[in-house]
Amino acid sequence: MKKVFDLFFKKHKASEVRKSDFAFVFFLRCLAVLVILIFASLIYYLWDGSSAILKHSGWGFFLGREWDPNSDQFGALPFIYGTLLTSVVALVIAAPIAISAAILLTEIAVQKIAKPFGFLIEMLAAIPSVVYGLWGIFVLAPFVRDYIQPFLGKYFSFLPFFKGPPFGIGIFTAGLILAIMILPTITAVCREVFLAIPTSLREGVLALGSTRWEMIKTAVVEAGFSGILAAIALGFGRAMGETMAVTMLIGNRPDISLSLFSPGATMASVIANESPEATSNLHVSSLAAIGFALFLVSLGVSGLARLITKITKRRFAK
Amino acid sequence: MIRSLILTAVLFVSATSQAAVTINGSGSTFAEPIYTRWFSDFQKKNPGAQFNYQGVGSGAGIKQLIEGTVDFAGSDDPMKAEDAAKAKETVLHVPIAMGAVVVSYNAPITGTLQLDGKTIADMFSGKITKWNDAAIAKLNPKLKLPDLAIVVATRSDGSGTTAVFSEYLSKVSPEWVGKNGKTVKWFTGSLGAKGNAGVAGLIKQNPGTVGYVELVYAKENNLPYATVQNKDGKFIEATNASVSAAAEGIKKEAVESNFKISITDSAHKGAYPISSFTWMLVFEKMPKEKGTEIVKFSTWALSEEAQKIAGSINYSPVPKEIRAEALKAIAKIKLQ
Repeated sequence: MKKVFDLFFKKHKASEVRKSDFAFVFFLRCLAVLVILIFASLIYYLWDGSSAILKHSGWGFFLGREWDPNSDQFGALPFIYGTLLTSVVALVIAAPIAISAAILLTEIAVQKIAKPFGFLIEMLAAIPSVVYGLWGIFVLAPFVRDYIQPFLGKYFSFLPFFKGPPFGIGIFTAGLILAIMILPTITAVCREVFLAIPTSLREGVLALGSTRWEMIKTAVVEAGFSGILAAIALGFGRAMGETMAVTMLIGNRPDISLSLFSPGATMASVIANESPEATSNLHVSSLAAIGFALFLVSLGVSGLARLITKITKRRFAK
Repeated sequence: MIRSLILTAVLFVSATSQAAVTINGSGSTFAEPIYTRWFSDFQKKNPGAQFNYQGVGSGAGIKQLIEGTVDFAGSDDPMKAEDAAKAKETVLHVPIAMGAVVVSYNAPITGTLQLDGKTIADMFSGKITKWNDAAIAKLNPKLKLPDLAIVVATRSDGSGTTAVFSEYLSKVSPEWVGKNGKTVKWFTGSLGAKGNAGVAGLIKQNPGTVGYVELVYAKENNLPYATVQNKDGKFIEATNASVSAAAEGIKKEAVESNFKISITDSAHKGAYPISSFTWMLVFEKMPKEKGTEIVKFSTWALSEEAQKIAGSINYSPVPKEIRAEALKAIAKIKLQ
């Protein structure tokens, strides 16, 4: 490792290293610089692209509720709201299932069951987004419209979240499909976290006379709590950026409504929908600004997740 | 064996390199099938050039034309003045084919639904909420209309289809004036889906849904669509003939506007009111090598033969007198 490091960062005379090594290192250096350049150009493009709209309406752009490209009115709030709402719905549904699944896989199920079950959950991550979208349109949305939404509307209509006619298409269904999509992410991370918890901790808790349930509660869930948070943050990040399946199911209406049954729009979906046909400068710039915001938020969330995992690891190392 | 392989490879390379000129176009997804079809037919006669077309959307096509990354653009919407000002040369709008937007629905109605402009505008503004609304019943005295809520499906992506449809609404309903365009602010509670396929999916999946799709798409997917009352007072079904009729009798206006003419809500007899041209956008001054091929192709596209091919895949042919004028304009293209 140190040798590679030296090769990379220290200056050499050509005679010190073999020529082929030198070429290899040079190649690696170029690649490393390329990655940085791509990243920098991405940030530059997003920043430069969004400057027009930020000059036009300032930071109020992110608080504007009106989105009407024909009259040059651009406000990003409905998309930010839609992104957050769908992601939260997805987390509320997916997190308990994913954490339970991870507990099942690491603590309860025997290998014979845990292996294929874990494999199946991981397979969920391999399905392309657009396939989820298609399945959503033809299977999930009609099912939600005919069974789930009427049920929620009938028994929980006192809550503002379950009001309005059941379309099948809307924030609720988009959140549901997101939940399925982030399930493998959260499960996989939680499983790693639980496996990282030393067995001695579990044995200790059991030896003190606790039941299996109490052992899972204290030695697994509570001990791995920050890891679970990191898994949730990762899932949240994935849900926010998800585009295709959401675009196909959310109904694409830039409105702010408390009801989960109503159609909405997300930051990713509006970019996918409108960028090919956006011609006016302000319109293109608004989409770039939304992209920039999405980029920053995703970066922040995944950074947060990394930070949490780092802290957890340090705690266990002690 | 190896020798023969090399020989084939050499032959292949020389065969492809014969097509020295490559012409790239992009734009309207609506027009993509007709360009693809025309290119394959045209290249059989004229192997000197290789034509490519990418259906990236009218807006993106226009942008690429302005930037000079493509040699021509396909658009269902005439170029705006601000875009035209950005282009390095004047852009000629060649009307190469016609299309229509139909109001398609999923409702248990036996028989053909008849609608007029105002009713369509009210449905797509969220004012008419039931299929058995008095306004619809009045237009369809013979039909039994269900007591079913209307769900409105629209395009969520910016599209020429939306531009044509909303432009029609702006002509038949005072409330829609100035609100038309490729992306429209639809009323709260209406659903949006990406592409014709997305809207068709919503219509198929949800009983009670009404939406607008291109005629080609409705026909290929066997979706029912309403006949629409035109200015003449007749209920017209969208067919190749009735769409073409919408461009009859407008020769003078077409020439005066350089073919950038709207033909929605046409006053011509038998005309389907939600019709439009799809244009091939080319520069009026072009470099000789590429320009020659583009002129050759667009001239051929306006021929009787090419228009017949268009008709066979559900595009409506451009009326003869308009084509004659367009050919005159093409003949004026300067090659340098």
